[in-house]
Amino acid sequence: MASGSAASSSSSCSNWVMENGDVPHVLAVDDNLIDRKLIEKLLRNSSCRVTTAENGPRALEFLGLASDKQNNLGTGSKVNLVITDYCMPGMTGYELLKKIKESAITKEVPVVIMSSENIPTRVNECMEKGAQMFIQKPLKQSDVKKLTCQLMNCKG
Amino acid sequence: MTMDVMQLQRKFSEHQSALYREGFLDDQFTQLQKLQDESSPDFVIEVVTMYFDDSENLLNKMARVLEQNPVDYKQVDAHVHQYKGSSASIGAARVKNICATFRTFCEAQNLEGCVRCLQQLQHEYSLLKNNLQYLFRLQREIQAAGGKIPTLE
Repeated sequence: MASGSAASSSSSCSNWVMENGDVPHVLAVDDNLIDRKLIEKLLRNSSCRVTTAENGPRALEFLGLASDKQNNLGTGSKVNLVITDYCMPGMTGYELLKKIKESAITKEVPVVIMSSENIPTRVNECMEKGAQMFIQKPLKQSDVKKLTCQLMNCKG
Repeated sequence: MTMDVMQLQRKFSEHQSALYREGFLDDQFTQLQKLQDESSPDFVIEVVTMYFDDSENLLNKMARVLEQNPVDYKQVDAHVHQYKGSSASIGAARVKNICATFRTFCEAQNLEGCVRCLQQLQHEYSLLKNNLQYLFRLQREIQAAGGKIPTLE
C-alpha cells in the first residue's frame, strides 16, 4: 500500500522522510484563492508536487477520509505533507488536523498549520493535536524551503 | 512618443521605490517578485489581477452588509478578515493596515467607524490599483523593448 519510505519504521516521522529522488506530494488547503496560488507556487519552486483544496471537506475527500465512505484503505491519495490554513469557514484547519490525526490511514502524515494570527493558545492547541509546525502567514520562500528540507531529510 | 529602455527602467525603479517608501507595498511584494521565473513569467501580474478582482468583490460585499438594518457585524468582519489576508499576501501594506483598524470597529459594532474605514479602503485600493497598473505598464514596455526589469535595491 504505502510506497517509498520505511512503512515498517516506528519512527514518528516515517512519512516525513522521502526516498532519494522522490518528489514530495503536498496537499495545500486554503479557502483564499490568492493564498492557494501563492502556496502552490512556493511549493512548486521547492520541487514539490502540489494538490490544492479550498476547504477541509475537499481535503478529507482527497485523502480518502470522506465521512460517507467507510473503509477507505487505498482509495485515498498518498500525500507526504498537508499544509493548511487555520481560519477557514466551516471546518477549520484545527478540525482538519484532528481528523487527519484520528485516522489510522493518515495519522502519520505531517500537518503544518498556517495562520495570519500568531495566538499562543492557538499554536499550543495545534501542536498538542500533533501539528508538525505552525507557520505565520504570509509565507515566504524561505519558510517553504525550510519545510521541504525537513521533509526530505528527517533529523531524528 | 517613444522612450528608450534606460529611461523606462529609471522610471520603473523610481516608481517602485516610491511605492515602498510611501508604504503602499511591503516586503511581501518583493517575495512575490522573487517567485516569478521562466516557468511563470507573468506571476506577479496574475496574482495582482486576482487581488484586484477579490478586492472589488469584497469591498462590494462590505458595502452591502453595512447598508442593511440591522448590520451583521460578524459578516462585515468576515469580509474584512479575508481582505486583510489577501492584502497581506501580496504586500498591500496600507490596505492591510486599514483592515486591521476596520476589524476593531466591527468588534465594537461601531457603524460610523466601519463606514469610514470602508471609504478609506475604497480610496486606498483605488490608489494602489492605479499605481500598480502604471508599474505594470512600464514593465510591459521594458519587456517589449527587450530590457531587464530593475529589481529593488
